[in-house]
Amino acid sequence: MKRWIMVVPLAVFLLMAVFLYKGLFLKPDELPSAMIGKPFPAFSLASTQGDRNLTQADLIGRPALVNVWATWCPSCKVEHPYLNQLAQQGVVIHGINYKDDNAAAVKWLAEFHNPYQLDIRDEQGSLGLDLGVYGAPETFLIDAKGIIRYKHVGIVDATVWREQLAPLYQGLVDEAKP
Amino acid sequence: MKRWLAAAVLGLSVAGMARAAIDTYQFRDDAERERYQQLTKELRCPKCQNQDIADSNAPIAADLRREIFRMLGEGKSNQQIVDFMVDRYGDFVRYKPALSGRTWLLWFGPGILLVGGFVALAVIVRRRRVPAAQGSHELSVEERERLAKLLDKEQNHD
Repeated sequence: MKRWIMVVPLAVFLLMAVFLYKGLFLKPDELPSAMIGKPFPAFSLASTQGDRNLTQADLIGRPALVNVWATWCPSCKVEHPYLNQLAQQGVVIHGINYKDDNAAAVKWLAEFHNPYQLDIRDEQGSLGLDLGVYGAPETFLIDAKGIIRYKHVGIVDATVWREQLAPLYQGLVDEAKP
Repeated sequence: MKRWLAAAVLGLSVAGMARAAIDTYQFRDDAERERYQQLTKELRCPKCQNQDIADSNAPIAADLRREIFRMLGEGKSNQQIVDFMVDRYGDFVRYKPALSGRTWLLWFGPGILLVGGFVALAVIVRRRRVPAAQGSHELSVEERERLAKLLDKEQNHD
């Protein structure tokens, strides 16, 4: 009798256990973005306030968070106070108001404070489509040249900021300094 | 009778609501309609991940269907449309992944497993057959006598 054959079930079990254990911590609803390393897509859209026209050129110059949000999105309401807090700390945040009713968006920003330096109005979701957005909130991190470096799907809170975004953002700020 | 009529009217109105979720696009010809149906079945909804975009009611799926319809109208090829989606949403959106270094196992893995299974089966069957052909299952005379004795004993005990 070949002894080694008795080890096969154990080996198969261990292999499966490793994969299944890893599977416990996967987040299949968070897609890796196909946009990482690509320049921010071209767009020409009004601001939410309607006072100016914005293009991708306006995003160049400083590293920034680009936050995709909407008034129909309950999670956006949850993360909004934290974005306000970050903005107060001097973090550059731009907003994309995604497939939203503009009047509701203006009211929201007046009511809950506006953390966005540029607030892009993407009523049709065309910019969202070019960004590969599939829900809200999503937050992109762009560098000073307007290249997308990171994407976070879901709420930005203190933990996400501290553990994921802040180190990257700081890195980009340092990188941008001559 | 009145009840039946009410039930029928109610049923029809529900059917109407169910249909409202389906987009109404005007295609130039049947070939274009077929391509649309094929593409929406081949692309996966990024939001509700186990549905294709033809099947999904998520707003993003509706947007993607509209984009596909628009691109078909512009005369884009299937490959261009799939590339457009992959550029934005990654390989994830393809239910039929491209054949590449990263996906060859996905494509050929089942075939390899099947062939491996047949090979293992053939080996096992062969091994079993060889001793069977060599040794005989017939009992020798002595063995038969011994068996008879043993059986006798058993019967006597009863």
